[in-house]
Amino acid sequence: MTDRQLITLRVNGEPYELVIEPRRTLADTLRQDLGLTGTHLGCEHGICGACTVLVDGAPARACLMFAVQAEDRDIRTVESLADGDELSDLQRAFSAHHALQCGFCTPGFLMLAEGFLAERPEATREEIRELVSSNLCRCTGYQPIVDAVEDCARRRQASRREHDRAACGEAERSGHAAGA
Amino acid sequence: MSAHTTESRHAPAGRYVGASVPRREDPRLLTGRGRFVDDIRIPGLLHAQFVRSRVASGVVTSIDLSAVLDVPGVVAAYTAADLDVIGITAVLDRPRTQFVPTEMPILARDRVRFAGEPLAIVIAEDPYAAEDGVEAAAVTYQVHTPVTSAEQALEPGAPLVHDEAADNVLLDVSMFATEGIDEVFAEAPCVVRVRTRTGRQNAVPLETRGAVADWDDRDAQLVVRTCTQVPHQVRTVMARSLRLDERAVRVITPDMGGGFGQKCVVGREEIAVAAAALRLRRPVKWIEDRKDALTASFLAREQRYDARAAFDRDGRILALDADIVCDMGAYSCYPFTAAVEPLMASAEMPGVYRVPAYRVRGRAVTTNKAPSAPYRGVSRPQYVMVMERLFERAARELKVDAVELRRRNLITEFPYSGVNNITYDAGSYLDSLNLCEQVLKDEGWYDLKAAAAAGGRHVGIGYSCFNERTGYGSGAFAQRKMSVVPGFDMTEARMDTTGSVTITTGTLSHGQSHETTLAQIAADELKLDISKIKIVQGDTDRVIYGWGTFASRSVVVGGSAVRLAAVKLAEKLRMLAAGLLDTTPDDVELDDGRVRRRDDPGRGLGYAELADIAYLKAHLVPKDLEPGLSVTATFDVFTDGTFGNATHGAVVELHKGTGRVEILRYVCVEDCGVAINPMVVEGQCRGGIAQGIAGALFEQVTYDEQGEPSATGFLDYKVPTASEIPDVAIHHLETPSALTESGAKGVGEGGTIGAPAAVLNAVNDALAPTGVELNDTPITPETVQRALEQAS
Repeated sequence: MTDRQLITLRVNGEPYELVIEPRRTLADTLRQDLGLTGTHLGCEHGICGACTVLVDGAPARACLMFAVQAEDRDIRTVESLADGDELSDLQRAFSAHHALQCGFCTPGFLMLAEGFLAERPEATREEIRELVSSNLCRCTGYQPIVDAVEDCARRRQASRREHDRAACGEAERSGHAAGA
Repeated sequence: MSAHTTESRHAPAGRYVGASVPRREDPRLLTGRGRFVDDIRIPGLLHAQFVRSRVASGVVTSIDLSAVLDVPGVVAAYTAADLDVIGITAVLDRPRTQFVPTEMPILARDRVRFAGEPLAIVIAEDPYAAEDGVEAAAVTYQVHTPVTSAEQALEPGAPLVHDEAADNVLLDVSMFATEGIDEVFAEAPCVVRVRTRTGRQNAVPLETRGAVADWDDRDAQLVVRTCTQVPHQVRTVMARSLRLDERAVRVITPDMGGGFGQKCVVGREEIAVAAAALRLRRPVKWIEDRKDALTASFLAREQRYDARAAFDRDGRILALDADIVCDMGAYSCYPFTAAVEPLMASAEMPGVYRVPAYRVRGRAVTTNKAPSAPYRGVSRPQYVMVMERLFERAARELKVDAVELRRRNLITEFPYSGVNNITYDAGSYLDSLNLCEQVLKDEGWYDLKAAAAAGGRHVGIGYSCFNERTGYGSGAFAQRKMSVVPGFDMTEARMDTTGSVTITTGTLSHGQSHETTLAQIAADELKLDISKIKIVQGDTDRVIYGWGTFASRSVVVGGSAVRLAAVKLAEKLRMLAAGLLDTTPDDVELDDGRVRRRDDPGRGLGYAELADIAYLKAHLVPKDLEPGLSVTATFDVFTDGTFGNATHGAVVELHKGTGRVEILRYVCVEDCGVAINPMVVEGQCRGGIAQGIAGALFEQVTYDEQGEPSATGFLDYKVPTASEIPDVAIHHLETPSALTESGAKGVGEGGTIGAPAAVLNAVNDALAPTGVELNDTPITPETVQRALEQAS
């Protein structure tokens, strides 16, 4: 029980060296050893999803993973989303849609959506609803969370299209230039 | 989203009240910078867990903690005998024939009354070691036959949960009994009867309970950070329990991950943790795990009704007669007591209807299950369901449309003095029903239902009409004969030298957005930018006194106290400015952060200038004024409060094969008077409806014959997800409250109150062709499937 291991974790781009018991969960390690208390624990048996973090970009329950399993993986927590006081588009969407009340489940939903939208940027509302059903929220009735994730997805899509159009226009212009 | 708003007498004059101001709570909660109890770390912090009873009823014959102390990392382990603290006894000032007081010890002494009851506290250097320690405890029991249902509890010769409650009844009241009611029933052309059972639920705040306690030598004070909705009440009980002066206890509530009532009572664990910290003179933290939260915290809602209603030939209700039994589990909660559910139901059951004759018997029964606490709505989800079933039954008997039958019986003249001695202030009962029905018709759900029926599908539409008393003040709680009478709230408003304002509130926001909404109220009164106002809550040393947040009281009582304090601070600013501007207070006015002369608006002083004088140049303060800019105000309610109301409409489809109840559409027409922040109001409605649906269709804690609870995790206790909870369309009506300073009524509980009835009625509407009627909740897929099979 008291055997400890030296591990290296990479969390939000920062490397950490830790000496921990192998039975220590990733969630406890993040919260207690690294002081990253934004990751919350609502059930510790993998249902509520409040502890959801990104492991190599994919949402994972930090309560169901031992910290030692997270070695050499890229861990991202809610603390990585904002840029200083500047909220990310996803965080802003949550606030705009009143997708949080007590805020306890919120970091889990944010990381869930962050990982999902990176993988499925064109997700439909039904797919987003199914995603949101991965985690539990007791305050909002979920609709505002679905709204927020959908809104964020649509804005990112619009901004990508805008970017593509601009890039396309740029290419055309440079094409003309080359042709001329 | 479409909205429908009636003309308002209290048309929002200010810039903030009535606007969906973005929540000031959000940035820290979105970035992981909120501070919840488990986020608090203090040097030298120890971690506690509890050894809990494995049997539901019995006597502890031995408890051996020696192996616990051998576990590496364990620092101490205490039993009840070691801690020697005073238990919690919640009392009503009623004769023993009506109410039996019982004690909830902090740790069980010898008798155990439910599986999960705490027996000992284990304290260790590390949370893992604390759990290892708990597992090493050796406890032996003399096992008694447990009482696991209200029926069993009431049987003659049943085992006793508390020796002092000779028939397992903690409360037994018969009320109203309108003269001649039996004759009314005997002679009425239509009498309908509904018998209902509702499942035992857990409020399930996603943050479990928890506390960090630490003795501070410098302040000679025990500092307890605990997630509670009622910090001042925790302080009172803790001081008494630990035999400390009340000033020697400071209770702080940090960010809190929901409560819904479960945290509006004083928990025994938070006191045990404080006692341990006091003994060890080291900080001790306890975080409840989910299993304990599901099995050993406070539950609610397990009730049974046997109700009759008499109607005349025109469908007018003549009388209501109800027998209500609430299974309150093993202990009475402080300060509300085990009477909270039966008294709420008995007092308020007639609800939105003109009931001329009423008789009710309400009982609280004690059983060997985890105790009950108020849970969002408190009995109203249940009695509204019963009332709405009675109306549906009567409509069927009388062959009248059920919505029309309601229309004939809704209260339409206000104020209305009910048969239950309650005076209802103005509401939009009829308008909300009419609008709700219209919306569902316009959206085509009645057509869809007809088409579905023709196609062999089972689609049903159901309604519920209800009101929600908010602003229970000292008057209402005194009527319940509580010996500890909640109700008032105190606020201090203080302006500093920079013109910023700090406002304290005795309410305790844990998701309800008070940091935003109370600031909106104050900002309008002070004509000040909201960014200059900070709401402070949840600290018994900073907040003078208050009763916390429960019973939809915060905006009504707390919000009114905030507004009064802001008005007083504004007056003080006017008096100060008048003296300095050579005029009278009546001849100056507040405008955008300054006080100016009415006759010469160019002459004025900014708040920072006034505050500078009030504090730093007190010699300039007019002689009849005290220096400084600090005021206090209190607000209480001695009338029957103010009633919000709503109509909910649900459209469901029952799926043959799985028995699934799918909610196709949910419409809520709510009226909470002036909505301080419409976005927040809608959030309260949606969240409440989700919890009401959870009770109607999914959640239940059951116990086996040994009194072992069935649900120890979220696989067994089925909290619904986004796949089960539908989108909700919300429509607003506005009947301002004359009681409150802002015209607002509370809105925290309504969603939860209305949803079970609407869903149950819709399910029964869908089942109508089968002849099966369901009246118990949760409505499980099994019962639906059986009903559908029976029909085919």
